Amino acid sequence: MNHHAVYAIFRFELARFGRTLWTSLATPVITTSLYFVVFGAAIGPRMTGMGDVPYGAFIVPGLIMLAIFTESLNNASFGIYLPKFTGTIYELLSAPVSPFEIVLAYVGAAATKSVILGLVILATANFFVPIRVEHPVWMFAFLVLVATTFCLFGFILGIWAKSFEQLSFIPMLVVTPLTFLGGAFYSIDMLPPAWRTFSLFNPIVYLINGFRWTFYGTSDVPVEASFGATLAFFAICLVVVAWIFRTGYRLKN
Amino acid sequence: MAGILSITGLGKRYASGLVALEDVNLEIQKGEIVALLGPNGAGKTTLISIVCGIVSGTSGTVLVDGHDIVRDYRASRALIGLVPQELHTDMFETVWATLNFSRGLFGKAPDAAHLEKVLRDLSLWEKRHDKIMTLSGGMKRRVLIAKALAHEPRLLFLDEPTAGVDVELRRDMWALVRRLRESGVTIILTTHYIEEAEEMADRIGVIAKGKLIVVEEKAKLMRQLGKKQLTIHLMSPLAQLPEALSAWNLTLKSEGRDLEYTFDGHEEKSGIPELLRKLAELGLEFNDLQTRQSTLEDIFVSLVHRKP
Repeated sequence: MNHHAVYAIFRFELARFGRTLWTSLATPVITTSLYFVVFGAAIGPRMTGMGDVPYGAFIVPGLIMLAIFTESLNNASFGIYLPKFTGTIYELLSAPVSPFEIVLAYVGAAATKSVILGLVILATANFFVPIRVEHPVWMFAFLVLVATTFCLFGFILGIWAKSFEQLSFIPMLVVTPLTFLGGAFYSIDMLPPAWRTFSLFNPIVYLINGFRWTFYGTSDVPVEASFGATLAFFAICLVVVAWIFRTGYRLKN
Repeated sequence: MAGILSITGLGKRYASGLVALEDVNLEIQKGEIVALLGPNGAGKTTLISIVCGIVSGTSGTVLVDGHDIVRDYRASRALIGLVPQELHTDMFETVWATLNFSRGLFGKAPDAAHLEKVLRDLSLWEKRHDKIMTLSGGMKRRVLIAKALAHEPRLLFLDEPTAGVDVELRRDMWALVRRLRESGVTIILTTHYIEEAEEMADRIGVIAKGKLIVVEEKAKLMRQLGKKQLTIHLMSPLAQLPEALSAWNLTLKSEGRDLEYTFDGHEEKSGIPELLRKLAELGLEFNDLQTRQSTLEDIFVSLVHRKP
C-alpha cells in the first residue's frame, strides 16, 4: 500500500475543498434554510399525514440526502475530471499507485466532505425544527454509505465526462428530478396508488426512506429494501470502477 | 555499467489502426544522457508515455532497472520522473504544495530539505508560496521539472524540455541536466532542437514513423553518417562536368561556377590532391576553396527522409 500517495491525494483534494469552503458550505446551508422557510414555515402547517412528525422535521432527512447526492456527485466527479481537463492526470497515471489507492483517496476525500456537509445541514436544521434521531449509529452509517456510493458514482461520471456539460448532465437532469420525485418532501403514501407504484421504481425513494427511518423509525418502504438497494448501488459502482481501471477506459489509450 | 532501461520489441497500435511504434529496441545504461530526435508525430512521446505508464503498449516488454513496467509497476514507476511536453499544472496550487503532492504520490515520506534543494537548484525557492497560475511560462516549466525531481528519480524523462523556452532558461536547463547526471541520474530527452542533442547527449536515437532508425554515440553517428564537402569556385563557369572528372563524386552548382565534391572525411585518402591536379591538367582555374562538414541536422534530415 502506497499510503504516502493516498494521503497526498486525500490532502490535496481536501485542500481544494478548503479553497472553496465558503461556497461549499454556505451555499447548502443557505439553500437548506430557504427550504425550511418555504416548506417548513409557510407550507408545513398545512401539511398532514406524516404521523407524529411535524412536516418541517419530516423533510430534514430528505434535504440532507438531496445535498449529499448532488454534492457527492459534484465533488467526486470534479476531483477526477479536473486533472483530466488540465492534463495533470499524467502524474497520477505515471505514479506508483494502484487503482484501489486512487479510488480510496479521491472517493474518500469527496465522501469526507459530503459527510461533513450532511452533518452541517443537520445542525442547521436543528435551529429551525426539533429533530430526533432514533438510530444515531445507523444514521451515521447510512450517511457514510450513501455519500461513499454517490462519490463512487461521481468518480465514474468524472472519468466518463468529456466536457463540463456532460459533467453536470447526470446531477442536474437525472439525480435532482429523481430526488424531488423520490419523497424528499412528501410521503409516497400521499400519492395516488398508480403514482405510488411508479415511485417504487425510483431508487432514490429507498435511499431517502432508509435515511428517514434512522431519524423517526418510520419508512414508506421496508428498511431492509432500503439498505439492500443502497448496497446494491454501491456494488454496481465498485464493479464499474474496477472495469474502468482494468480497461483503462477514458484514462489510458 | 548496468542497464537502467531495457526496451524489447515494443509496439503500439491504437484502436483506430494507427501504428505509433513498431518493434522498438533500446538499451540505456545508468548515468547516460540520451536524446531522442524525430519529427512531429514520429512516436517519441508515445514511447516515453508507455515507459511511464500513461499509455499501454500493445507488444514488447520494458524493464526499468530490471523491473517490468506492467507486472512490477510500483518499483519501476518509483524510479522514474517525467517532465511532460505540455505545461500541465495545478494552477490554483502553490509551488510548495504541488511539490509535496508529487513527492507523496510517488511514495516518498515528506522531506522539506530535499524539496528546498530542488527549488533552489531551479531558482524557484523565492516563488515557493506563489500560486502556479501567477508564474511565467518559463517558471511553470521549472515547476514541472521540480515536480519530476521531488521524489528523487533515477531515470528522468524530459519531453521537449526547452520548447518555447528563452535562451537563458535553456542554458540553465542544460546545466541542470549535467548536474543531475553527475549525481547518477539517467536522462532521456526528446527534442526538436538538433543543437540541444548535439550539446547534451552521449547517445542519439532517431525515431521516424514509429521506428527507431538508429541509436548511436553522438561522435560515432557523426563519423559514420557525416559527410564532408569541398566546394571549388571556378574562374569561368562550366556547361557540364568534363568526362575526365567522372572518377570523383562531383556535382555542378551555381550555374556551373561551383564544383561540389562530397567525400568521406574519415577515409585515409580524400582524393582532393588528385582532383586538384586533374583540374590543373584540364586548365580549369579556380579562385576559392571551401570545405564543410555535415552537421547533425544534415544527418538527421537524411535519416528521416531516407526511404525504408
